[in-house]
Amino acid sequence: MLYPDDRMYSKSHEWVKTEGETAVIGISDYAQDALGDVVFVNLPGEGDEVAMGEAFGDVESVKAVSDLISPVSGTVSAVNEELLDAPENLNKDPYGSWILKVENPTDTEELLSAADYEAFCASEG
Amino acid sequence: MGSYVPSAPAQRQEMLQALGLSSWRELYRDVPPDMYLDGPLHLPHGMSELEVNRAMSAMAAKNRVYATVLRGAGAYDDYIPAIVKYIPAKEEFLTAYTPYQAEMSQGLLQSIFEYQTMICELTGMDVSNASVYDGASAAAEAAAMCRDRKRRLTLISGAAHPDVINTVRTYCYGTGDELRVVPVKDGRTDPEALAAMLDGETASFYVQQPNFYGLWEDAEALGRAVHEAGALFVMGCHPISLGIAKTPADCGADIAVGEGQPLGLPLGDGGPYLGFMACREKLMRKLPGRIVGETTDDAGRRAYVLSLQAREQHIRREKASSNICSNEALCALTAGLYLTVMGPEGLAEAARQSMAKAHYLAGALCALPGVEMAYGGPYFHEFVTRLPRREDVLCALGQADILGGLPVGEDGLLWCVTETVSKAQLDRAAAIVKEVLAK
Amino acid sequence: MKLIFEKSIPGRRCTILPPCDVPAAELPEALRRGSAPALPEVSETDVSRHYTQLCQQVHGVNCGFYPLGSCTMKYNPRIDEEMSSLFTGVHPLAPAHSKEGCQEVLDTAKKYLCEISGMDDMTFQPAAGAHGEFTGVLLIRQYHDARGDKTRNKIIVPDSAHGTNPATAAMCGYEVVNIDSAPDGCVDLEKLKAVLGPDTAGLMLTNPNTVGLFDQNILEITRLVHEAGGLCYYDGANLNAVMGVARPGDMGFDCTHMNLHKTFATPHGGGGPGAGAVGCKAFLAPYLPHSALMEGPGHLQVRSFGGNFLVVVRALTYLLTLGAEGIPEAAQNAVLNANYLMKALSGTYTPAYDRLCMHEFVLDLSDLKKETGVSALDVAKSLIDCGIHPPTMYFPMIVHEALMLEPTETESRETLDEAAAALRKLYAMAHEDAERMHTAPHSAPIGRPDEVKAARHPVLRYKAP
Repeated sequence: MLYPDDRMYSKSHEWVKTEGETAVIGISDYAQDALGDVVFVNLPGEGDEVAMGEAFGDVESVKAVSDLISPVSGTVSAVNEELLDAPENLNKDPYGSWILKVENPTDTEELLSAADYEAFCASEG
Repeated sequence: MGSYVPSAPAQRQEMLQALGLSSWRELYRDVPPDMYLDGPLHLPHGMSELEVNRAMSAMAAKNRVYATVLRGAGAYDDYIPAIVKYIPAKEEFLTAYTPYQAEMSQGLLQSIFEYQTMICELTGMDVSNASVYDGASAAAEAAAMCRDRKRRLTLISGAAHPDVINTVRTYCYGTGDELRVVPVKDGRTDPEALAAMLDGETASFYVQQPNFYGLWEDAEALGRAVHEAGALFVMGCHPISLGIAKTPADCGADIAVGEGQPLGLPLGDGGPYLGFMACREKLMRKLPGRIVGETTDDAGRRAYVLSLQAREQHIRREKASSNICSNEALCALTAGLYLTVMGPEGLAEAARQSMAKAHYLAGALCALPGVEMAYGGPYFHEFVTRLPRREDVLCALGQADILGGLPVGEDGLLWCVTETVSKAQLDRAAAIVKEVLAK
Repeated sequence: MKLIFEKSIPGRRCTILPPCDVPAAELPEALRRGSAPALPEVSETDVSRHYTQLCQQVHGVNCGFYPLGSCTMKYNPRIDEEMSSLFTGVHPLAPAHSKEGCQEVLDTAKKYLCEISGMDDMTFQPAAGAHGEFTGVLLIRQYHDARGDKTRNKIIVPDSAHGTNPATAAMCGYEVVNIDSAPDGCVDLEKLKAVLGPDTAGLMLTNPNTVGLFDQNILEITRLVHEAGGLCYYDGANLNAVMGVARPGDMGFDCTHMNLHKTFATPHGGGGPGAGAVGCKAFLAPYLPHSALMEGPGHLQVRSFGGNFLVVVRALTYLLTLGAEGIPEAAQNAVLNANYLMKALSGTYTPAYDRLCMHEFVLDLSDLKKETGVSALDVAKSLIDCGIHPPTMYFPMIVHEALMLEPTETESRETLDEAAAALRKLYAMAHEDAERMHTAPHSAPIGRPDEVKAARHPVLRYKAP
């Protein structure tokens, strides 16, 4: 299981990488492993508001749907439409496949460092 | 008493005892005494097969099955080829469950895949589902597909079938969404009224083609107005007419739905019928209900499987857009079979003949004094005539074993002629109407 | 197997219609189709053989044991089919005096089903169980709306419920409140009390529940909901356990749906058509659905006309056959058969709940999975190689590695003994040859399909190359 330390993490298993005023968001290796083969991603729209702790979309596997919980609050400035045609990228390269970008993110206080997130995942069992 | 329990009473006692029980009451020991029925139901005794046959046949004998049916209005007396009645009665198809276990159900899954393909061909759409209950619920499900966070208003043509409008109204009531009915002018959707009602909150507009009165709507023009307002265009179509009529896709529709009953299903006093739903690829993941997809198995063989299940209720639960579980699978198989037997030529022929015979009857009726077409303009196989003394007309037709047009409005009759009606039958019907009106 | 399109030869046809005997009518050019639909062009021989081939790759309950939990796959009597064929020619809009036979079918079926369910009135308009749920919860909605009570926006559903229950509640504008089941699989009364309040519109429940257990607290449950001002909806999917033995109307339920294609032996048809008759107490009868075209405006409706009438004919034929004695006999033997099979297996497999079950029971295979790596899915797929349709897998969600078996009353002891022996053999195989089970089935026309590929790259229709 990978936990790159060039980014922060949420307890709902998303990663957040800051690029200037923008938060780039994806799901962690732990998340993609738990989800199994991703077959479809329901993305939000550009301009949508997201709120920390609330669902902004979902990820479908063959037999289940899992909400994607926003790790920050803000406005969606971009979504990764490549995922619509290649949802398997989330499994193959979770840290290279961003899902959405949020500009001027707020409510970032609860984000965890890579080390803290790894410890959190270990405790989840 | 009739029973399908194979075991003899002695065997049942043995099985009870093997469980350490001595009575049926003990088997139900979890049922509290105040609700356990220890007396018989207040119902008649059971019957042997011969007695049941007599009882049900006696009920059937109280029905009149008209030799000539000139009424449609959502249920159509099209010809059902013999093989189309026979194949769905095969026990494998008839008594199978939903094909969740793909390895054991390839025959069923393939038949649905074929049906889906044929619905796409008829409508010009990219994707079809495996069926919903009927044309009315299909219209309601289509309206639901079109809604999003910003656009919630559903518009429906007032020239659609009243049961379709009321069903859509019901589903809208359920989700708390608004439905507005677009007024009718001269038997068709009023395009000016539609333009006035379309706005930035409109999710979709539904038009029936041909409409409830049998008239062809100017679907393309209506569709353009809908798209200009940023809404989605839903067409409810008559599947036999699609043998010769412009496809909903070519009319600009985003979703095509309709009543599939004319495709090999009997009138059956209203059901089971068949709702077909087909849409453009961009709306694929919003389609409700089961869908069969093609894939391969572990040996690379072509295989069919229920797919995109993450849309459905058993996975999404309260987040599913529809609760539909069981559908009209056997009816869909029947429809696919009908379309296979008729083929493109046969279907076109059924459509052409229905239309020709309807126009022939309309001509014969309107030649009679006092009878006139209620609306002008092109129509398919249904039409409305205004005429006096319509109850007397229907009564006289009934006595001649003819089911006449459906009373609509104050003095209208909505007639329907399908390919099953011969010229002789049509001449007879017209003669009877003439006789009644001459009195 | 080839698709019918792959057998199509241009110009081949069946000769169904005679030439037209009236002058042609012209369809205006603007309304004409561009090109003909690419439907198959085949002869009747081709059709017959194609569907025969298809039918050899389908398995129905009339062909073999089909212990699908929560589906009640009981034998579908042939007389039901034959009687249904006597009613096919009636137009739904024919005048009432010409179809009194149909009215008698509906009235008689209503009488039987109201007596069985303990309800006062009924509609046959819903075309399936979920459609019936929608209709039933709409009764509750209309009831509260008529009272002017806009505060009730929640429907309570146990976590063991079938997915259609919460989906239905959402379709009726309700928020779903899920309550965790108690460890014994039944409703947790404390959790229920905690969520009841002035915002409770109602409760959706099935009894026996989805793990096959009769909830002994049912009267208390419905009393609590009524006290809070809500109504109680009975999901009739499991009625086969108690018909003629106990009635939802006596358990405190206000409305119910029944699955005619489960409890009342009408054929499943590969996924439909069914019929979801909805019964209710007299105070809800004004809110039952009616066809606007047939009966005028003023009522809701969930589909056109009166419903799946020919399915009701089959159910009535079955009800007349069973009668007052046969109805409870069916339920009693359904419960007997389930307990017999559960006992035959519990030396080997682990029942999820170690007590007398109703018409179905759940096996928990999580220990088997831990020991051998063989999952419930592997066991199910291996059953296919034994010629037995697998039981329901992974439902309800409150049991892990679940297999739910419902033999029904129409199976003989011999069939149950054979099935138990087959399942015990698979248990042994899990310890000896797990790999074979991971890759089962081996004797079916296909192996396990690639469902991930199907969902990622959907191919949902045939396209000619």
